[in-house]
Amino acid sequence: MMTSKEGAPNPSKPEAPTAGPAPRAPSTGFVLRFHRYDRMLHGFLMASFLTLALTGMPLLFPEAPWARTLANLLGGYRVTGVLHRIAAVTLMSVFLTHLFRLGHRLFVRKDFGLLWGPRSLVPQPVDLIQLLQHFRWFVGLGPRPRFDRYSYWEKFDYWSVFWGMAIIGTSGLMLWFPAFFARFLPGWIFNIALVIHGEEALMAMVFIFTVHFFNGHLRPDKFPMDLVIFTGRVSVEELKHERPAEYERLVTEDGLAKAMTSPPSPGLVTMGRLVGSIAVCIGLTIAGLAIYALLR
Amino acid sequence: MALSTMEIDGSKIPTRLGIIWVPFLLSAPAWAEVPAEPAAAAATSPSNEECLGCHSNELDRSKGRKIPPISEAFAESVHGQINLACVDCHVDLQGKDLPHADKLAKPVCSACHEDAVKAYDQSVHALSRRESGDSLAAWCSDCHGAHDIRSSKDPQSKTYHFNLQATCSRCHADEAIIAKAHIEAGNVPAHFQDSIHGRALNKSGLVVAPNCATCHGNHDIRRASDDKSRVNRYNIPKTCGSCHEGILAIYETSVHAAALREGNPRAAVCIDCHTAHDTQVVDAAWKMDLVKECGTCHKESMRTFRDTFHGKVSTLGFSRAATCADCHGTHAILPKKDPQSLVSDQRRAQTCGKCHQGASEKFSRYDPHADANSREHNPVLYFITLAMKLLLISVFAFFGLHTILWLGRSLVLVRKLRAEGKIDDDK
Repeated sequence: MMTSKEGAPNPSKPEAPTAGPAPRAPSTGFVLRFHRYDRMLHGFLMASFLTLALTGMPLLFPEAPWARTLANLLGGYRVTGVLHRIAAVTLMSVFLTHLFRLGHRLFVRKDFGLLWGPRSLVPQPVDLIQLLQHFRWFVGLGPRPRFDRYSYWEKFDYWSVFWGMAIIGTSGLMLWFPAFFARFLPGWIFNIALVIHGEEALMAMVFIFTVHFFNGHLRPDKFPMDLVIFTGRVSVEELKHERPAEYERLVTEDGLAKAMTSPPSPGLVTMGRLVGSIAVCIGLTIAGLAIYALLR
Repeated sequence: MALSTMEIDGSKIPTRLGIIWVPFLLSAPAWAEVPAEPAAAAATSPSNEECLGCHSNELDRSKGRKIPPISEAFAESVHGQINLACVDCHVDLQGKDLPHADKLAKPVCSACHEDAVKAYDQSVHALSRRESGDSLAAWCSDCHGAHDIRSSKDPQSKTYHFNLQATCSRCHADEAIIAKAHIEAGNVPAHFQDSIHGRALNKSGLVVAPNCATCHGNHDIRRASDDKSRVNRYNIPKTCGSCHEGILAIYETSVHAAALREGNPRAAVCIDCHTAHDTQVVDAAWKMDLVKECGTCHKESMRTFRDTFHGKVSTLGFSRAATCADCHGTHAILPKKDPQSLVSDQRRAQTCGKCHQGASEKFSRYDPHADANSREHNPVLYFITLAMKLLLISVFAFFGLHTILWLGRSLVLVRKLRAEGKIDDDK
């Protein structure tokens, strides 16, 4: 993995730290980025999302030449439907568990940093600024933005799940229990639900399997994958490079030592590589099938 | 000739001197005992004994004598059984001496079988023969045989219920004849063979199973375009209904039958769904396939059906979701505005309830033919679909650009760093 990288072409631009790091700050070792529970939740999210995508694809593109084969490969109408629903329940559980953990952090541990500031996933003015800076950097007109714990594209990914759960989840439940929902909703709502479910799922799939994969794993400085979501650990060196604002904040807040952790165990790394590769392969295949069907 | 007639199978059979020979038809008596041949013919015409003397099966043909053997076939034939004189059919030999010319005139069957020949004269076979001298179309003997004609009730007859298909197939399954005679329907027996009717007839040996003549008639087989034809579109329900009487009664109540009565040539009749010669047993696979048939006329409904959940599932080849007939019915399809229709406002919830337990009135307002492209018919769906598409396009336009620029920038950087030797490949 490529780790050594100077962000800005011009060294005089503010890619290099402006304030000198505290002398005690370690420059090697690993920092814990994702807690074990969050990694597990992401694992379930991945598994359920891939299952939902695979089992939903034939119905999304029934006329594609691969559709019947895929549907029968997955076990036919009944099995595919059951798998889709199992995955849906899993994903909804993941979502609710996450909400529960957020609630706990917010109301029990009074961690209001969740709501605003550098550790928060809430979109803030700095995200818009960094987005514009990033574009300037893309075309070589400025330095690389100094990202903190969560960059704007990571926040977008995060909130997409909320959007997806609300839109795809709700419409999915309506299609699952039409007789129940028809007690208080007009029947034509299922026409809407079907269209929304499919179109939003298509967007989510293609987004995750192209944009998210690229941003998180496939771009040249991460290629072939970033293992942080599996190991939870990021090297101090990488943190300094990728998220200089977070690194400096940790150093100045004297929190770096607290965040330091053991290096990822070899087993964890192997597992991450394996699971990550499988997920990327399945995802890219699905994206390929979807794009093929769309362009036909 | 002092002949009187009697009727057998609708044909007038001459009975000599008023003697009714019916008891002898089956018992085959010794005809030698029958007294006195009719005087007029007997005086100068060759007798059966004379004819069959040469045309005997026992004649030694080893020395190149090409006289066709007839005696055995004739003796067993329905004409032989009533001791018809050879010259009754071969009228050109009446009053002639033997030996006769090599080629004899075609027998005139109408002398006895007046009605059958009258009917035949209306047929596509006769028409073809009248139109063209070298027509291959069937004549009496092509189906019935010549000297070996047997009653159609005789299992050895060419026109026996279970033998007729083979008889028709002699021409209608012969690719050379089909091509030469421009038979548009092609090799029909090959299709019929595998149909439910063909299997019932040939495999199961059911006397109630139809053979060619059951639908097409026998002597008066007409072109389907002929409005008197039994297989003319307007007559098809009646023809099929001659066996499927119960279905016909139901069909008569349908919107298709009403349209047919009004003279609409596009109104669906039996064969449009069931086909004429490929009729199959109605199972799940067949029902799935039927959607295509409905779609040949109902193109718009077909298109909108394909976009819905039911349509998508069935496009995948799964029969679990509703297809046309599950909601609209089959033989008694009625227009939506008819309260009796399965998809009428009054009965729709009940129809949905066949699959969807607890389907309510509200539930049944689902539009199984919604068209997301029609602002007029489904405005809400139209705008929501439009909004979804816009969202999709804008998200991918933005992130597409974002990704491409990022990729380009990263690649440039990687090259630069590699050139400067700043990439640590070991890590």
